[in-house]
Amino acid sequence: MKRAILDRLQKDRASKRPVALATRLADGAETIVYPEGAFGDLERDAVVLAAARRGLAEDRSGVHQTASGEIFVHVYNPALRLIIVGAVHIAQPLARMAAIAGYDVTIVDPRQSFANDERFPGVPLVDDWPDDALAALKPDRRTAVVTLTHDPKLDDPALAVALRSDAFYVGALGSRKTHGKRVERLTEQGFGTAEIGRIHGPVGLSLGAVTPAEIAVSILAQITQVLHPKDAA
Amino acid sequence: MAQGNVTAASSDDDVLPQVGAWREAGMKVALATVVSTWGSSPRPVGSQLAVEDGGRFVGSVSGGCIEGAVVHEALEAIKDGKPRVIKFGVTDEMAWEVGLACGGQIQLLVERVD
Repeated sequence: MKRAILDRLQKDRASKRPVALATRLADGAETIVYPEGAFGDLERDAVVLAAARRGLAEDRSGVHQTASGEIFVHVYNPALRLIIVGAVHIAQPLARMAAIAGYDVTIVDPRQSFANDERFPGVPLVDDWPDDALAALKPDRRTAVVTLTHDPKLDDPALAVALRSDAFYVGALGSRKTHGKRVERLTEQGFGTAEIGRIHGPVGLSLGAVTPAEIAVSILAQITQVLHPKDAA
Repeated sequence: MAQGNVTAASSDDDVLPQVGAWREAGMKVALATVVSTWGSSPRPVGSQLAVEDGGRFVGSVSGGCIEGAVVHEALEAIKDGKPRVIKFGVTDEMAWEVGLACGGQIQLLVERVD
């Protein structure tokens, strides 16, 4: 790998730009490929660029057999995101654990007594109302959303946005009874069974978790399970 | 999604910042990347191991069973500058020596960082 490629790749990743590195296995010729544009040895090779862009679109790294030889496409998409609604105690270990697991974590809570830098050092905090915050954050298929406030005034507006997004995981803290009431409220708001059925509630895998950190483990475990459906069987 | 689909890439997995730091400090560095896997390999496509010429390494390309052999190959790549593709697995002739205990196979690209 050439130094110029490494430096550029690092810069692109720091700015959260989707980028793939295409390397010809036979000789190590390499090119950085963007959805539009490219930089490197193979930047004029349409076959290589097409393979790399397919990898980017599918979010899948791998070897492509092409007319230009075997090309390894390494996809460096920005990190998966986790949006936590509710800067509560469970959010503290969950934010840290999720960061270790590779998630870009954002916490949403309009209550500044909960959401502040002392409780969440280094974590991006959004103090808008949850529906506005979620609408601005635009959950996509690489985003998980978890509501933890226990307060319908805060959780429900966030869920309303999350359920109509492509978020790959939506979870809501609360007992079976609490979740039952939540289902009733969302039904009244016009959400269908399939939409409401996307909510993992009570949130998390059933591990017998008791402490905030243990509950965070169960939530992160469930998010992981949903992320890798084939491996979970 | 064992074939390199969406994975949460942890900062512990991200070796490129270390590669940059080693190069900045004037060390010679090689990078090994998992390009293909078959069967139950422990690390997904895209996993990386970086090695500096003093023998220190970061990251992983397996559960730890072939790292020693990969470090050796990386040091060779640092010397001759040639990228190489190497395969490990049960069908490898060295399988009983440096194969994957899990029975999977992996293919790696090992290249010097200039």
